[in-house]
Amino acid sequence: MSSPDLNVSHVARLARIALAEEEVTTFQDQLGRVLEHIEHLKKLDVSGVEPTAHTHPIFNVTRQDTPGASISRQAALGLAPRTANNLVIVPKVVE
Amino acid sequence: MMDLARLTASELQQGFRAKAFHPVDVLRALESRIQSVDPTVQAFLSRDFEAALRRAETADVSLPLGGIPIGIKDVINVKGDPCTCASKILQGYTAPYDATVIERLRAAGAIPFGRLNMDEFAMGSSTENSAFQTTRNPWDTTRIPGGSSGGSAAAVAACEVPAALGSDTGGSIRQPAALCGCVGLKPSYGRVSRYGLVAFASSLDQIGPLARSTRDCALLLNAIAGRDPMDSTSLDQPAEDFAAELGRDLKGIRLGIPKEYFVDGMDPRVKSTIEAAIQQCAEHGAELVELSLPHTEYAVSVYYIIATAEASANLARFDGVRYGRRADQPKDLMDLYVRTREEGFGSEVKRRIILGTYVLSSGYYDAYYLRAQKVRTLIRRDFATAFDKADVIVCPTSPDVAFPIGERTSDPLKMYLADIFTIAANLAGICGISVPCGFVHEGENKLPVGLQFLGKSLAETRLLGIADAYERASGWSKENAPI
Repeated sequence: MSSPDLNVSHVARLARIALAEEEVTTFQDQLGRVLEHIEHLKKLDVSGVEPTAHTHPIFNVTRQDTPGASISRQAALGLAPRTANNLVIVPKVVE
Repeated sequence: MMDLARLTASELQQGFRAKAFHPVDVLRALESRIQSVDPTVQAFLSRDFEAALRRAETADVSLPLGGIPIGIKDVINVKGDPCTCASKILQGYTAPYDATVIERLRAAGAIPFGRLNMDEFAMGSSTENSAFQTTRNPWDTTRIPGGSSGGSAAAVAACEVPAALGSDTGGSIRQPAALCGCVGLKPSYGRVSRYGLVAFASSLDQIGPLARSTRDCALLLNAIAGRDPMDSTSLDQPAEDFAAELGRDLKGIRLGIPKEYFVDGMDPRVKSTIEAAIQQCAEHGAELVELSLPHTEYAVSVYYIIATAEASANLARFDGVRYGRRADQPKDLMDLYVRTREEGFGSEVKRRIILGTYVLSSGYYDAYYLRAQKVRTLIRRDFATAFDKADVIVCPTSPDVAFPIGERTSDPLKMYLADIFTIAANLAGICGISVPCGFVHEGENKLPVGLQFLGKSLAETRLLGIADAYERASGWSKENAPI
Protein backbone atom coordinates (compact mmCIF):
# COMPACT_ATOMS: atom_id res chain seq x y z
CA MET A 1 0.00 0.00 0.00
CA SER A 2 1.46 3.37 -0.87
CA SER A 3 0.13 6.84 -0.26
CA PRO A 4 -0.91 8.49 -3.54
CA ASP A 5 0.41 11.86 -2.37
CA LEU A 6 3.88 10.80 -1.28
CA ASN A 7 6.46 11.01 -4.05
CA VAL A 8 9.60 9.69 -2.35
CA SER A 9 11.98 10.80 -5.13
CA HIS A 10 10.66 14.35 -5.00
CA VAL A 11 10.82 14.59 -1.19
CA ALA A 12 14.33 13.07 -1.18
CA ARG A 13 15.42 15.87 -3.52
CA LEU A 14 13.93 18.44 -1.13
CA ALA A 15 15.83 16.76 1.71
CA ARG A 16 19.08 16.73 -0.31
CA ILE A 17 19.50 12.96 -0.19
CA ALA A 18 20.26 10.83 -3.26
CA LEU A 19 18.46 7.46 -3.16
CA ALA A 20 19.03 4.25 -5.11
CA GLU A 21 16.04 3.07 -7.21
CA GLU A 22 15.60 0.14 -4.84
CA GLU A 23 15.44 2.42 -1.80
CA VAL A 24 12.81 4.62 -3.48
CA THR A 25 10.56 1.57 -3.94
CA THR A 26 11.13 0.27 -0.40
CA PHE A 27 10.57 3.67 1.23
CA GLN A 28 7.48 4.32 -0.90
CA ASP A 29 5.93 1.13 0.43
CA GLN A 30 7.10 1.47 4.07
CA LEU A 31 6.29 5.17 4.45
CA GLY A 32 3.00 4.62 2.62
CA ARG A 33 2.00 2.24 5.38
CA VAL A 34 3.14 4.66 8.08
CA LEU A 35 1.09 7.48 6.48
CA GLU A 36 -1.90 5.18 6.23
CA HIS A 37 -1.60 4.48 9.97
CA ILE A 38 -1.33 8.21 10.72
CA GLU A 39 -4.62 8.88 8.88
CA HIS A 40 -6.58 8.11 12.06
CA LEU A 41 -5.53 11.51 13.45
CA LYS A 42 -8.01 13.05 11.03
CA LYS A 43 -10.90 11.49 12.96
CA LEU A 44 -10.21 13.74 15.94
CA ASP A 45 -11.92 17.08 16.33
CA VAL A 46 -9.12 19.55 17.06
CA SER A 47 -11.04 22.74 16.40
CA GLY A 48 -10.19 25.34 19.03
CA VAL A 49 -7.24 23.33 20.33
CA GLU A 50 -3.97 25.26 20.61
CA PRO A 51 -0.93 23.49 19.13
CA THR A 52 1.91 22.46 21.47
CA ALA A 53 5.37 23.29 20.14
CA HIS A 54 7.10 22.94 23.50
CA THR A 55 5.74 21.47 26.70
CA HIS A 56 7.04 24.38 28.78
CA PRO A 57 6.39 27.52 26.82
CA ILE A 58 9.37 29.78 27.45
CA PHE A 59 9.54 33.13 25.70
CA ASN A 60 12.21 35.75 25.13
CA VAL A 61 15.11 34.12 26.90
CA THR A 62 17.83 36.73 27.14
CA ARG A 63 21.22 36.98 28.77
CA GLN A 64 23.88 39.61 29.32
CA ASP A 65 25.80 40.27 26.11
CA THR A 66 29.20 39.44 27.59
CA PRO A 67 32.01 37.86 25.58
CA GLY A 68 33.16 34.45 26.76
CA ALA A 69 35.42 31.60 25.74
CA SER A 70 34.58 29.78 22.53
CA ILE A 71 36.01 27.09 20.26
CA SER A 72 39.15 28.40 18.55
CA ARG A 73 39.14 28.98 14.81
CA GLN A 74 41.84 26.35 14.46
CA ALA A 75 39.82 23.73 16.37
CA ALA A 76 36.70 24.44 14.31
CA LEU A 77 38.51 24.37 10.98
CA GLY A 78 40.33 21.21 12.06
CA LEU A 79 36.99 19.37 11.84
CA ALA A 80 36.23 20.38 8.24
CA PRO A 81 36.84 17.92 5.40
CA ARG A 82 38.67 20.56 3.29
CA THR A 83 40.15 23.91 4.26
CA ALA A 84 42.55 26.48 2.86
CA ASN A 85 43.55 30.00 3.96
CA ASN A 86 41.49 29.68 7.16
CA LEU A 87 38.37 28.93 5.12
CA VAL A 88 36.21 25.87 4.53
CA ILE A 89 36.49 24.84 0.88
CA VAL A 90 33.43 23.70 -1.11
CA PRO A 91 32.90 23.22 -4.86
CA LYS A 92 32.61 26.47 -6.79
CA VAL A 93 29.14 28.02 -6.40
CA VAL A 94 29.57 31.31 -8.27
CA GLU A 95 30.83 31.43 -11.87
CA MET B 1 37.51 -11.43 46.60
CA MET B 2 34.84 -8.83 45.98
CA ASP B 3 34.11 -8.22 42.27
CA LEU B 4 34.40 -4.44 42.03
CA ALA B 5 32.76 -4.39 38.60
CA ARG B 6 29.48 -5.57 40.10
CA LEU B 7 29.14 -2.77 42.65
CA THR B 8 26.65 0.05 42.16
CA ALA B 9 27.75 3.68 42.06
CA SER B 10 26.51 4.19 45.65
CA GLU B 11 28.48 1.15 46.84
CA LEU B 12 31.58 2.44 45.06
CA GLN B 13 31.16 5.83 46.72
CA GLN B 14 31.01 4.17 50.17
CA GLY B 15 33.98 1.94 49.42
CA PHE B 16 36.11 4.83 48.19
CA ARG B 17 35.36 6.89 51.24
CA ALA B 18 36.04 3.97 53.60
CA LYS B 19 39.31 3.41 51.70
CA ALA B 20 38.27 -0.20 51.07
CA PHE B 21 39.48 0.22 47.48
CA HIS B 22 40.61 3.01 45.16
CA PRO B 23 39.09 4.36 41.92
CA VAL B 24 42.09 2.91 40.05
CA ASP B 25 41.19 -0.59 41.30
CA VAL B 26 37.64 -0.12 40.09
CA LEU B 27 38.63 1.17 36.67
CA ARG B 28 41.02 -1.76 36.22
CA ALA B 29 38.28 -4.20 37.25
CA LEU B 30 35.87 -2.64 34.75
CA GLU B 31 38.45 -2.69 31.96
CA SER B 32 39.12 -6.35 32.63
CA ARG B 33 35.39 -7.05 32.66
CA ILE B 34 34.96 -5.17 29.35
CA GLN B 35 37.79 -7.14 27.78
CA SER B 36 36.13 -10.39 28.77
CA VAL B 37 32.47 -9.68 27.92
CA ASP B 38 32.40 -6.87 25.38
CA PRO B 39 33.59 -8.96 22.42
CA THR B 40 30.18 -10.64 22.89
CA VAL B 41 28.00 -7.75 24.16
CA GLN B 42 29.54 -5.09 21.87
CA ALA B 43 28.26 -2.16 23.88
CA PHE B 44 31.38 0.01 23.48
CA LEU B 45 32.20 1.77 20.23
CA SER B 46 35.47 3.04 21.71
CA ARG B 47 37.09 3.90 25.03
CA ASP B 48 40.30 5.50 26.25
CA PHE B 49 41.34 3.44 29.26
CA GLU B 50 44.66 5.23 29.80
CA ALA B 51 43.03 8.68 29.91
CA ALA B 52 40.38 7.40 32.33
CA LEU B 53 43.10 5.81 34.46
CA ARG B 54 44.91 9.14 34.80
CA ARG B 55 41.69 10.71 36.05
CA ALA B 56 41.12 7.81 38.46
CA GLU B 57 44.59 8.27 39.94
CA THR B 58 43.79 11.83 40.99
CA ALA B 59 40.07 11.41 41.72
CA ASP B 60 38.66 13.35 44.65
CA VAL B 61 36.42 10.80 46.36
CA SER B 62 34.91 13.42 48.65
CA LEU B 63 32.92 14.70 45.66
CA PRO B 64 29.40 13.27 45.10
CA LEU B 65 30.48 11.01 42.22
CA GLY B 66 34.22 11.11 42.96
CA GLY B 67 36.11 8.43 41.02
CA ILE B 68 33.00 6.77 39.55
CA PRO B 69 33.32 5.85 35.85
CA ILE B 70 30.24 6.69 33.78
CA GLY B 71 29.67 5.31 30.26
CA ILE B 72 28.47 7.86 27.70
CA LYS B 73 26.05 7.29 24.84
CA ASP B 74 27.78 8.21 21.57
CA VAL B 75 25.41 11.16 21.02
CA ILE B 76 26.84 13.34 23.83
CA ASN B 77 30.01 15.40 23.20
CA VAL B 78 33.02 14.68 25.42
CA LYS B 79 35.97 16.89 24.53
CA GLY B 80 38.68 14.93 22.71
CA ASP B 81 36.55 11.78 22.32
CA PRO B 82 34.85 10.60 19.11
CA CYS B 83 31.13 11.42 18.88
CA THR B 84 29.76 9.52 15.89
CA CYS B 85 26.09 9.04 16.87
CA ALA B 86 26.77 5.53 15.46
CA SER B 87 26.67 7.10 12.00
CA LYS B 88 29.12 6.92 9.12
CA ILE B 89 28.49 10.60 8.49
CA LEU B 90 30.35 11.48 11.73
CA GLN B 91 33.06 8.85 11.44
CA GLY B 92 36.39 10.47 12.37
CA TYR B 93 34.75 13.42 14.17
CA THR B 94 36.33 14.40 17.49
CA ALA B 95 34.26 16.51 19.88
CA PRO B 96 35.82 19.97 20.37
CA TYR B 97 33.94 20.68 23.61
CA ASP B 98 32.22 19.07 26.59
CA ALA B 99 28.44 18.87 26.73
CA THR B 100 27.06 20.62 29.83
CA VAL B 101 26.17 17.24 31.40
CA ILE B 102 29.81 16.15 30.97
CA GLU B 103 31.12 19.36 32.57
CA ARG B 104 28.75 18.71 35.46
CA LEU B 105 29.73 15.04 35.79
CA ARG B 106 33.39 16.10 35.91
CA ALA B 107 32.60 18.78 38.50
CA ALA B 108 30.97 16.05 40.60
CA GLY B 109 34.15 13.99 40.34
CA ALA B 110 32.89 11.36 37.87
CA ILE B 111 35.05 9.92 35.08
CA PRO B 112 33.34 9.85 31.66
CA PHE B 113 34.47 6.49 30.26
CA GLY B 114 33.84 5.10 26.82
CA ARG B 115 31.46 5.70 23.93
CA LEU B 116 28.39 3.50 23.98
CA ASN B 117 26.61 2.12 20.92
CA MET B 118 23.15 3.30 19.88
CA ASP B 119 20.75 3.42 16.98
CA GLU B 120 22.12 5.87 14.43
CA PHE B 121 21.21 9.41 15.62
CA ALA B 122 19.05 7.74 18.33
CA MET B 123 16.52 6.61 15.72
CA GLY B 124 15.37 3.14 16.62
CA SER B 125 14.26 0.81 19.40
CA SER B 126 16.77 -2.03 19.07
CA THR B 127 20.26 -0.55 18.47
CA GLU B 128 20.25 -2.51 15.19
CA ASN B 129 20.41 0.80 13.32
CA SER B 130 24.01 1.42 14.43
CA ALA B 131 26.28 1.77 11.40
CA PHE B 132 29.08 0.01 13.25
CA GLN B 133 28.06 -3.00 15.33
CA THR B 134 25.19 -5.01 16.78
CA THR B 135 24.93 -4.76 20.55
CA ARG B 136 23.58 -7.87 22.27
CA ASN B 137 21.33 -8.27 25.28
CA PRO B 138 23.40 -9.54 28.25
CA TRP B 139 20.49 -11.78 29.34
CA ASP B 140 20.35 -13.55 25.96
CA THR B 141 23.00 -12.62 23.43
CA THR B 142 20.85 -13.69 20.45
CA ARG B 143 18.48 -10.81 21.29
CA ILE B 144 18.48 -7.03 20.95
CA PRO B 145 19.20 -4.83 24.00
CA GLY B 146 16.45 -2.36 23.06
CA GLY B 147 17.20 1.15 21.90
CA SER B 148 18.16 3.64 21.09
CA SER B 149 20.42 3.73 24.20
CA GLY B 150 21.06 -0.02 23.79
CA GLY B 151 24.80 0.25 24.37
CA SER B 152 24.25 2.19 27.61
CA ALA B 153 21.71 -0.35 28.92
CA ALA B 154 23.75 -3.41 27.88
CA ALA B 155 26.97 -2.01 29.39
CA VAL B 156 25.23 -1.32 32.71
CA ALA B 157 23.44 -4.69 32.74
CA ALA B 158 26.67 -6.56 31.89
CA CYS B 159 28.52 -4.72 34.72
CA GLU B 160 30.93 -3.06 32.27
CA VAL B 161 30.16 0.30 33.93
CA PRO B 162 28.17 1.06 37.11
CA ALA B 163 26.10 3.69 35.30
CA ALA B 164 25.76 5.45 31.97
CA LEU B 165 24.14 8.44 30.34
CA GLY B 166 21.58 7.92 27.61
CA SER B 167 19.12 10.14 25.80
CA ASP B 168 15.35 9.64 25.57
CA THR B 169 13.28 11.11 22.74
CA GLY B 170 10.46 8.54 22.72
CA GLY B 171 11.59 5.95 25.25
CA SER B 172 15.25 5.50 24.32
CA ILE B 173 16.40 5.31 27.97
CA ARG B 174 13.43 3.53 29.55
CA GLN B 175 12.84 0.82 26.93
CA PRO B 176 16.43 -0.52 26.75
CA ALA B 177 16.63 -0.28 30.57
CA ALA B 178 13.51 -2.47 30.73
CA LEU B 179 14.77 -4.98 28.17
CA CYS B 180 18.21 -5.25 29.85
CA GLY B 181 16.91 -5.37 33.43
CA CYS B 182 18.33 -2.09 34.72
CA VAL B 183 16.90 1.23 35.89
CA GLY B 184 16.52 4.12 33.43
CA LEU B 185 15.24 7.63 34.12
CA LYS B 186 13.91 10.15 31.62
CA PRO B 187 13.84 13.50 33.39
CA SER B 188 11.12 16.07 32.68
CA TYR B 189 11.67 18.18 29.59
CA GLY B 190 13.91 21.10 30.55
CA ARG B 191 15.32 19.46 33.69
CA VAL B 192 18.68 18.66 32.09
CA SER B 193 20.61 20.81 29.61
CA ARG B 194 20.71 19.51 26.05
CA TYR B 195 23.80 21.56 25.17
CA GLY B 196 26.27 19.15 23.59
CA LEU B 197 23.65 16.47 22.94
CA VAL B 198 23.46 15.98 19.17
CA ALA B 199 19.86 17.01 18.48
CA PHE B 200 17.30 14.54 17.11
CA ALA B 201 13.92 16.06 18.05
CA SER B 202 14.58 19.18 20.10
CA SER B 203 11.15 19.47 21.75
CA LEU B 204 11.33 15.84 22.98
CA ASP B 205 15.01 15.01 23.68
CA GLN B 206 16.24 14.68 27.28
CA ILE B 207 19.47 13.24 28.68
CA GLY B 208 19.13 10.88 31.63
CA PRO B 209 20.89 8.16 33.64
CA LEU B 210 20.84 4.36 33.42
CA ALA B 211 22.12 2.38 36.41
CA ARG B 212 21.59 -0.78 38.45
CA SER B 213 19.57 1.00 41.14
CA THR B 214 17.11 3.86 41.49
CA ARG B 215 19.42 5.40 44.09
CA ASP B 216 22.21 5.64 41.53
CA CYS B 217 19.88 7.34 39.04
CA ALA B 218 19.07 9.94 41.71
CA LEU B 219 22.79 10.54 42.38
CA LEU B 220 23.45 11.08 38.67
CA LEU B 221 20.46 13.37 38.26
CA ASN B 222 21.71 15.44 41.20
CA ALA B 223 24.94 15.96 39.27
CA ILE B 224 23.53 16.78 35.81
CA ALA B 225 20.26 18.67 36.43
CA GLY B 226 19.73 22.41 36.40
CA ARG B 227 19.42 25.53 34.34
CA ASP B 228 22.14 26.13 31.75
CA PRO B 229 22.57 29.44 29.92
CA MET B 230 23.69 27.41 26.88
CA ASP B 231 20.24 25.75 26.59
CA SER B 232 17.40 28.25 26.61
CA THR B 233 14.85 25.43 27.10
CA SER B 234 16.47 24.31 30.36
CA LEU B 235 14.31 25.34 33.30
CA ASP B 236 15.32 27.57 36.18
CA GLN B 237 14.25 25.61 39.24
CA PRO B 238 15.28 25.87 42.89
CA ALA B 239 18.06 23.45 43.84
CA GLU B 240 16.65 20.10 44.87
CA ASP B 241 18.03 16.86 46.30
CA PHE B 242 16.55 14.15 44.07
CA ALA B 243 17.58 11.54 46.64
CA ALA B 244 15.41 13.18 49.32
CA GLU B 245 12.57 10.61 49.12
CA LEU B 246 14.73 7.50 48.73
CA GLY B 247 13.96 5.05 51.53
CA ARG B 248 10.29 6.00 51.75
CA ASP B 249 7.50 3.42 51.52
CA LEU B 250 4.44 3.07 49.29
CA LYS B 251 1.82 3.70 52.00
CA GLY B 252 -0.89 6.06 50.84
CA ILE B 253 0.65 6.59 47.41
CA ARG B 254 -2.06 6.85 44.75
CA LEU B 255 -0.92 4.74 41.77
CA GLY B 256 -2.85 5.54 38.61
CA ILE B 257 -3.46 2.64 36.25
CA PRO B 258 -4.39 3.83 32.76
CA LYS B 259 -6.83 1.36 31.22
CA GLU B 260 -5.54 2.12 27.69
CA TYR B 261 -2.15 0.66 28.64
CA PHE B 262 -3.51 -2.80 29.35
CA VAL B 263 -4.95 -3.77 26.03
CA ASP B 264 -4.63 -6.74 23.70
CA GLY B 265 -1.52 -6.97 21.60
CA MET B 266 1.01 -7.03 24.39
CA ASP B 267 2.86 -10.19 25.31
CA PRO B 268 0.51 -11.88 27.84
CA ARG B 269 3.53 -12.92 29.91
CA VAL B 270 4.61 -9.26 30.17
CA LYS B 271 1.06 -8.29 31.07
CA SER B 272 0.82 -10.80 33.92
CA THR B 273 4.27 -9.81 35.22
CA ILE B 274 3.22 -6.15 35.31
CA GLU B 275 -0.10 -6.99 36.98
CA ALA B 276 1.72 -8.98 39.66
CA ALA B 277 4.10 -6.06 40.25
CA ILE B 278 1.18 -3.65 40.65
CA GLN B 279 -0.48 -6.04 43.11
CA GLN B 280 2.75 -6.09 45.08
CA CYS B 281 2.64 -2.28 45.25
CA ALA B 282 -0.89 -2.54 46.63
CA GLU B 283 0.25 -5.08 49.24
CA HIS B 284 2.85 -2.54 50.35
CA GLY B 285 0.18 0.08 50.97
CA ALA B 286 -0.25 1.84 47.62
CA GLU B 287 -3.78 2.79 46.63
CA LEU B 288 -4.65 1.70 43.09
CA VAL B 289 -6.66 4.22 41.06
CA GLU B 290 -8.05 3.28 37.67
CA LEU B 291 -7.93 6.13 35.21
CA SER B 292 -8.05 6.91 31.53
CA LEU B 293 -5.61 8.54 29.08
CA PRO B 294 -8.11 8.66 26.21
CA HIS B 295 -5.75 9.86 23.47
CA THR B 296 -3.17 7.11 23.99
CA GLU B 297 -3.94 5.47 20.65
CA TYR B 298 -2.85 8.61 18.81
CA ALA B 299 0.50 9.05 20.56
CA VAL B 300 2.60 6.99 18.15
CA SER B 301 1.22 8.85 15.12
CA VAL B 302 1.74 12.26 16.72
CA TYR B 303 5.25 11.27 17.72
CA TYR B 304 6.30 10.03 14.29
CA ILE B 305 5.12 13.29 12.74
CA ILE B 306 6.69 15.66 15.28
CA ALA B 307 9.91 13.72 15.85
CA THR B 308 10.61 13.22 12.15
CA ALA B 309 9.74 16.83 11.32
CA GLU B 310 12.19 18.10 13.93
CA ALA B 311 14.79 15.53 12.85
CA SER B 312 14.56 16.59 9.21
CA ALA B 313 15.46 20.13 10.26
CA ASN B 314 18.11 19.14 12.85
CA LEU B 315 19.91 16.74 10.53
CA ALA B 316 20.17 19.31 7.74
CA ARG B 317 23.46 20.36 9.38
CA PHE B 318 25.13 17.12 8.22
CA ASP B 319 25.94 18.32 4.74
CA GLY B 320 29.63 17.45 4.34
CA VAL B 321 30.79 21.06 4.59
CA ARG B 322 32.00 21.91 8.10
CA TYR B 323 32.59 18.53 9.77
CA GLY B 324 32.17 14.81 9.32
CA ARG B 325 32.18 12.86 6.11
CA ARG B 326 32.23 14.37 2.62
CA ALA B 327 31.60 12.50 -0.65
CA ASP B 328 34.63 12.17 -2.95
CA GLN B 329 35.04 14.35 -6.04
CA PRO B 330 31.73 16.26 -5.91
CA LYS B 331 30.95 17.85 -9.26
CA ASP B 332 29.04 20.74 -7.69
CA LEU B 333 27.62 21.79 -4.33
CA MET B 334 24.31 19.96 -4.82
CA ASP B 335 26.18 16.78 -5.73
CA LEU B 336 28.27 17.20 -2.57
CA TYR B 337 25.13 17.44 -0.41
CA VAL B 338 23.11 14.61 -1.93
CA ARG B 339 25.94 12.09 -2.18
CA THR B 340 27.42 12.91 1.25
CA ARG B 341 23.99 12.31 2.78
CA GLU B 342 23.30 9.21 0.68
CA GLU B 343 26.62 7.62 1.70
CA GLY B 344 26.65 8.92 5.28
CA PHE B 345 23.13 8.12 6.55
CA GLY B 346 21.68 4.64 7.10
CA SER B 347 18.22 3.56 5.96
CA GLU B 348 16.25 4.45 9.09
CA VAL B 349 17.71 7.95 9.22
CA LYS B 350 16.92 8.52 5.54
CA ARG B 351 13.40 7.17 6.04
CA ARG B 352 12.75 9.55 8.93
CA ILE B 353 14.26 12.58 7.21
CA ILE B 354 12.04 11.90 4.21
CA LEU B 355 8.92 11.46 6.34
CA GLY B 356 9.77 14.62 8.29
CA THR B 357 10.42 16.63 5.15
CA TYR B 358 7.12 15.41 3.69
CA VAL B 359 4.98 16.35 6.71
CA LEU B 360 6.52 19.83 6.73
CA SER B 361 6.29 20.37 2.99
CA SER B 362 4.08 22.99 1.43
CA GLY B 363 0.45 21.84 1.25
CA TYR B 364 0.84 19.12 3.89
CA TYR B 365 1.96 21.14 6.93
CA ASP B 366 -1.54 21.80 8.29
CA ALA B 367 -2.80 18.28 7.67
CA TYR B 368 0.12 16.59 9.41
CA TYR B 369 2.42 18.76 11.50
CA LEU B 370 -0.05 21.34 12.81
CA ARG B 371 -2.68 18.68 13.49
CA ALA B 372 -0.11 16.56 15.33
CA GLN B 373 0.83 19.54 17.51
CA LYS B 374 -2.85 20.00 18.40
CA VAL B 375 -3.28 16.35 19.29
CA ARG B 376 -0.11 16.73 21.38
CA THR B 377 -2.04 19.30 23.41
CA LEU B 378 -4.84 16.75 23.96
CA ILE B 379 -2.28 14.18 25.14
CA ARG B 380 -0.81 16.72 27.60
CA ARG B 381 -4.30 17.44 28.93
CA ASP B 382 -4.91 13.71 29.45
CA PHE B 383 -1.92 13.60 31.79
CA ALA B 384 -2.88 16.81 33.59
CA THR B 385 -6.30 15.29 34.37
CA ALA B 386 -4.74 11.95 35.36
CA PHE B 387 -2.34 13.59 37.83
CA ASP B 388 -5.30 15.16 39.64
CA LYS B 389 -6.31 11.63 40.63
CA ALA B 390 -2.95 9.93 41.06
CA ASP B 391 0.53 10.73 42.43
CA VAL B 392 2.20 8.68 39.73
CA ILE B 393 1.03 6.49 36.87
CA VAL B 394 2.18 2.87 36.74
CA CYS B 395 2.25 0.86 33.50
CA PRO B 396 4.47 -1.39 31.38
CA THR B 397 7.58 0.12 29.78
CA SER B 398 7.40 -2.09 26.70
CA PRO B 399 4.67 -4.41 25.41
CA ASP B 400 7.31 -7.08 24.68
CA VAL B 401 10.48 -8.58 26.05
CA ALA B 402 13.70 -8.34 24.03
CA PHE B 403 13.17 -9.88 20.58
CA PRO B 404 15.65 -11.84 18.44
CA ILE B 405 18.16 -9.79 16.43
CA GLY B 406 16.87 -9.19 12.89
CA GLU B 407 13.23 -10.06 13.63
CA ARG B 408 11.73 -6.60 12.97
CA THR B 409 14.25 -4.77 10.80
CA SER B 410 12.12 -5.00 7.66
CA ASP B 411 8.93 -3.67 9.27
CA PRO B 412 9.43 -0.08 10.53
CA LEU B 413 5.74 0.39 11.42
CA LYS B 414 5.78 -2.63 13.73
CA MET B 415 8.97 -1.29 15.36
CA TYR B 416 7.34 2.15 15.82
CA LEU B 417 4.13 0.74 17.36
CA ALA B 418 6.15 -0.99 20.10
CA ASP B 419 7.04 2.47 21.48
CA ILE B 420 3.40 2.98 22.54
CA PHE B 421 3.99 3.06 26.34
CA THR B 422 6.98 5.40 26.40
CA ILE B 423 6.25 8.00 23.73
CA ALA B 424 3.48 9.92 25.49
CA ALA B 425 5.80 11.00 28.33
CA ASN B 426 8.03 12.80 25.84
CA LEU B 427 5.08 14.43 24.11
CA ALA B 428 3.75 15.64 27.47
CA GLY B 429 7.18 16.66 28.83
CA ILE B 430 6.72 14.65 32.04
CA CYS B 431 9.28 12.41 33.80
CA GLY B 432 9.36 8.60 33.74
CA ILE B 433 11.42 5.74 35.07
CA SER B 434 11.67 2.04 34.26
CA VAL B 435 12.61 -0.41 37.01
CA PRO B 436 13.02 -4.20 36.75
CA CYS B 437 9.88 -6.07 37.87
CA GLY B 438 10.49 -9.70 36.99
CA PHE B 439 11.26 -12.06 34.15
CA VAL B 440 9.67 -13.95 31.33
CA HIS B 441 11.17 -17.40 30.79
CA GLU B 442 12.12 -18.18 27.23
CA GLY B 443 13.73 -21.60 26.94
CA GLU B 444 16.68 -21.58 29.32
CA ASN B 445 16.89 -17.80 29.41
CA LYS B 446 15.24 -15.26 31.64
CA LEU B 447 14.26 -12.04 29.88
CA PRO B 448 13.72 -8.93 32.03
CA VAL B 449 10.44 -7.00 32.20
CA GLY B 450 10.36 -3.31 33.11
CA LEU B 451 7.74 -1.51 35.21
CA GLN B 452 7.29 2.14 34.30
CA PHE B 453 6.34 4.91 36.70
CA LEU B 454 5.38 8.27 35.18
CA GLY B 455 5.37 11.44 37.26
CA LYS B 456 4.16 14.93 36.59
CA SER B 457 6.58 17.45 35.20
CA LEU B 458 9.40 18.29 37.64
CA ALA B 459 8.25 15.65 40.15
CA GLU B 460 11.43 13.55 39.85
CA THR B 461 12.07 13.48 43.62
CA ARG B 462 8.69 11.88 44.29
CA LEU B 463 9.02 9.58 41.24
CA LEU B 464 12.45 8.33 42.35
CA GLY B 465 11.18 7.80 45.91
CA ILE B 466 8.32 5.65 44.69
CA ALA B 467 10.50 3.68 42.24
CA ASP B 468 13.02 3.08 45.03
CA ALA B 469 10.26 1.90 47.37
CA TYR B 470 9.10 -0.60 44.74
CA GLU B 471 12.66 -1.70 44.01
CA ARG B 472 13.37 -2.45 47.66
CA ALA B 473 10.02 -4.18 48.15
CA SER B 474 10.56 -6.43 45.13
CA GLY B 475 14.33 -6.95 45.14
CA TRP B 476 14.41 -7.48 41.37
CA SER B 477 17.23 -5.08 40.58
CA LYS B 478 19.61 -7.22 42.66
CA GLU B 479 19.65 -9.87 39.90
CA ASN B 480 22.60 -9.68 37.53
CA ALA B 481 22.65 -10.81 33.90
CA PRO B 482 24.17 -14.28 33.46
CA ILE B 483 26.98 -13.11 31.17
